[in-house]
Parts: sequence; structure tokens; C-alpha cells
Amino acid sequence: MGGNVTEKVATRDAYGDALVSLGKKRNDVVVLDADLSGSTKTSKFAKVFPDRFFNIGIAEQDMMGTAAGLAIGGKLPFVSTFAVFATGRAWEQVRQSICYPNLNVKIVASHSGVTVGEDGGSHQSVEDIAVMRVIPHMTVIVPADGPETLQAIEAAAEYKGPCYVRVGRSKVPTLFGADYKFKIGKAHVFNEGKDAAIIATGIMVAEALRARDLLKAEGIDVGVIDMATIKPLDTDAVLAAAKRCGAIVTAEEHSIIGGLGGAVAEALVESVPVPMARIGIKDTFGTSGDQEALLKHYGLSAGDLATAVKEVIKKKR
Amino acid sequence: MIQEDWFMAVTEEELKSLREKARRVRIDILKMLTECGSGHTGGSLSATDIVTALYFYKMKYDPKRPDWKERDNFILSKGHAAPVLYTALAHAGFIEHAELCTLRKLGSRLQGHPDSKCMPGVEISTGSLGQGLSVANGLALAHKLDKSSNRVYALLGDGELQEGQIWEAAMTAAHYKLDNICALVDNNGLQIDGPVEKVMGVEPITDKWRAFGWEVFDIDGHDMAAITAALDKAETVKGKPTMIICRTVKGKGSKVFEGKVEFHGTTPSKEELDIAMKELSGETVCK
Repeated sequence: MGGNVTEKVATRDAYGDALVSLGKKRNDVVVLDADLSGSTKTSKFAKVFPDRFFNIGIAEQDMMGTAAGLAIGGKLPFVSTFAVFATGRAWEQVRQSICYPNLNVKIVASHSGVTVGEDGGSHQSVEDIAVMRVIPHMTVIVPADGPETLQAIEAAAEYKGPCYVRVGRSKVPTLFGADYKFKIGKAHVFNEGKDAAIIATGIMVAEALRARDLLKAEGIDVGVIDMATIKPLDTDAVLAAAKRCGAIVTAEEHSIIGGLGGAVAEALVESVPVPMARIGIKDTFGTSGDQEALLKHYGLSAGDLATAVKEVIKKKR
Repeated sequence: MIQEDWFMAVTEEELKSLREKARRVRIDILKMLTECGSGHTGGSLSATDIVTALYFYKMKYDPKRPDWKERDNFILSKGHAAPVLYTALAHAGFIEHAELCTLRKLGSRLQGHPDSKCMPGVEISTGSLGQGLSVANGLALAHKLDKSSNRVYALLGDGELQEGQIWEAAMTAAHYKLDNICALVDNNGLQIDGPVEKVMGVEPITDKWRAFGWEVFDIDGHDMAAITAALDKAETVKGKPTMIICRTVKGKGSKVFEGKVEFHGTTPSKEELDIAMKELSGETVCK
């Protein structure tokens, strides 16, 4: 397992399939969308279970509240729209009507990060992890590929309480096999490494694995950790990597402020302060472009990661 | 007002007892607010007759089993009127009367705004305005899926209608034909900064709700006969949600508070309480 790129699946597609299989197993599952079901892939569920699908129209705030009511009424609501709207437009409804009363609502937002692509900065969410992570009671999950998405959705359904699951628009390499078992709050260590460790989330896990292979050719042994759950953070895995490698690089398709990099920095600075670099969007908005060009433009490619690793190793004492 | 075709199921005796209950609820609200020294007096008193009719005439619930599946749901979307809800819950048997005295104190279940995590009988935490009707819609959809006959009641403020989410929810309720929802507006005409029509006008309220596809009744929100009749009538409406616009007086119950905007978020002094108690000829709850 690890870095074996055989097929490419968008995590939003995996989400749509996961919903259908969940809907077959549990008749308390209901799905809400705000006029983006074709894009978020909740349309797959709507097609099979029209009576359990509610299109709320372009009204994200109302959608969050409606989901809260369905949860009180004993249903298991999955709520979807683009990440920027789910977490931005409706942030206070998520806080007040879902997290404050600690309701069992699953928010699964697609079109996260800059790989939304051509739609541009208005639609590219680079703040969603930060603004969801800060809300008490909220669990934040960012799957790396199709199989991990499927498992994350199943785990979120089993877990009682609010969850935010971030999926993406673009196709990403499949990293995990059928034997993989995702657990909320548990990091997956691809390899431990010796010289530094990359802690990555979402689509950046594949880039991290590529960076690892690039560095291997230069004789640098880099560990790769998939931090699919950003909250609660697997602090043990972070600290173990810091102790083992003495240098950490985080990688996320999100602002370097408040997301995975922020969470890891918070954990490190309190216990095992080691040289660290945060790879992500550097406090700026997105812009139009195709996926590959954007990853390069924002310094999110495997090559950028490899450079950051070498820089951070230099800072080791 | 009560319309000619409304069937009056309530008896004179019931009305008398409901009015007496409302009087006692007002006394308890004022006592707890004076004891606490902070909280929302005006909007609790304006909603008292409505909440009394809901809890002691209309709704199905079991105080010993707040999660009873057959219960009707009440959502206080104007969460700042928590004192009237807490008092109704005490009178209904969800909590002991003595607990009312703990309002807003550290460790109390009676939070400044209702908190469903700790308070039995509170369906959902409210306080940030504009969100309760959406939650009511979700509950109503859940009941429809379950083919159960539970009804959902939501109480909104008139100032609260300035929140855009209310109108999103208004569309959703009509779109999904949620005839198991009955919403009420406590139309007391005042908000923190002054008269609603001066701050940001919401009239014509009845026309707006009708245009959004709701059945709308417009009543005197302190006329117990009208409130009970409207609640009964709402149950007969099919294929669309019902809105009852309750014309009320902020601070209703004593001349000390009535129509006074400054009592939106302030509590009575001991002297003001004494005057009000004489008008309500009351007895004490919190000591």
C-alpha cells in the first residue's frame, strides 16, 4: 500500500457512492443539498431514494437548520454543497443550530481548495478547515482518496455528533486498498522516515508520497503520514514523528493559517518543538486555472514539498 | 381576530383556567428576572399567553419523558424569551419551580438563552435569531417521513422577521407542504433599538406570509379564546403550513413594562416588581 497509482477517482464521486450504500443499509439516512446535487454527487442518492432527499434550493443557512431539525427528529442527515458555502455562508447556523446543541448532522462539502479550478477564487474554499475546526463539538475529516472517503463517510455515520467531511472536485490517485481501515482521530503512517516527516491531508497526501520518492533518490528518508482527521488531531502520531525525525512539514490544499498546519504547530510547540514548515495557500485567495497549473502556482506540487523538506532539515540542530 | 367559521372547542371554564395559568406564569417570570437581575422582560411577557395556550391547551408532551416520540415539538425561535419557556416548563412539570431561581447563574440548566444540551423539554438551543423555523421544518419533515401525526410549533419575534433565513425557511415549509407546522409571531412591535417599523419595517406581515404560501391567521395575542381557536383551526389546514400573527403588547401584564422598549433586555427593580405584583396580585415563587 502507498503511492501505487492505479486509478483516479474524485472524492466527491466516492461520497456519492458511499451515500447510496449507506442509504441501503440505514433508512434513517436523509440527504440535503442546496441546488448543487449534480456537483456534490448527492444526486446519486436522490436518484435511488427520492423520498429521503431534500433539495432546499439556494439557501444554505436554511439547509443547516433543516438538517438540525431532522436530526432531532431521529434522522441521520448528510448535508452537502460547496465547501465555501457550507462553512462560510452558513457558519453561524453550523455553530448555533448544529454544534452548540451537539446534533448528529454530517456536513460533507465538495469543491474544496483551489482544485475547484476554473470557477476561480470566489468558489475556492481555502478557509473551511480552519473555521470548522474552531467550533466546539465539531469533528473535521479530510479524506485523501476514494476508498478513504467511503470509509470516512461510514465512520461519520457511526459516530454520534457533528462532522465536517471535506471532499474535492478533481480526480485523485487511489492510495488505499480494500484492506485499509479508517478510524476517526487516527493517522495513517505510510512510512515512518528518519530525516523528516510530511504530515499531509486530502489531495496533498498523493503529492507527499511523490515528494518522498523524489527525495529517496537523493538519499533523504522522509516519512509520510496521512492525517485524515484534523480534529480530533492524532497528537500521538504527530509527536512520535517529531521525536523520530526531528523535522516536520505539513501539506494541505488550504490556508496555512488555522488548518492542518496550524493544528500540527499547536501540538508540536506545546510538547516537542522541532523545525517545521507549512505547505499550503499562503494567506491569499484562489484564482482561475486548471488543477495542475493551480497546484504549481500555489506551491503545492511534489517538487515544492521536496524543497520544503530539504529546507526544514537544514534547520535541525 | 376569531373568524366566523372557527369552531370553538375550548370551554369558558378552560379559558378561565388558562388565563389564571398565564397570570401565574407572568408572576414567576417577573420574580425570576428580578432575582437574576438580567434577562428579557418585555418579550417574555408579550409571549406569555401564547406559550401558556401551547403548553396547557394544545401540545402533547410528557414531562417525565422529554424525548417521548409522540410529543409535539415547541421551538422558541426568539430564544431571548427563555424566561417564559422555563416558567412554562416548570408549570408543566419538566423542572421544579425552585430551579427557576437559578436563571443565568453559573452551573444552572437555565441558561441565558435555551440550551437543549442540558435543559429538559428544550428541543434545540436558540438565541441567535432567525434559525428556529428552519429547525421546525426539519422536524416536520422527519414526522412526515415517519408518517407520524406529531405537530411542530415555532414562536418567532416580529423583529426576528428581519433575518433572511426566516424567509428561506418560509419557502421551504410551503414547498414541502408542511401542514404539520404551526408558527406564531409574537408581534409586539418593539425591538432593542426601538419600534420595529422604525428600525426596519416588516409590515405587511400577513400579506408576506400569504404570498409565501402559508395559511395566515391574524389575532389578538392576549385573547386566550382567539389563541386557542387559531391553534385548533391550524390543525385543520391541509397542504400548507400555518402562521398565526399574534398582535401583542411588549411587557404585557403591568403598566410598568407595557409598551416600553427599555424593558426589552432589562429586568425590574424591586420597586417596579412590587408595583407589578400588585397589578397581577401575585404570590412569590423565588422566595
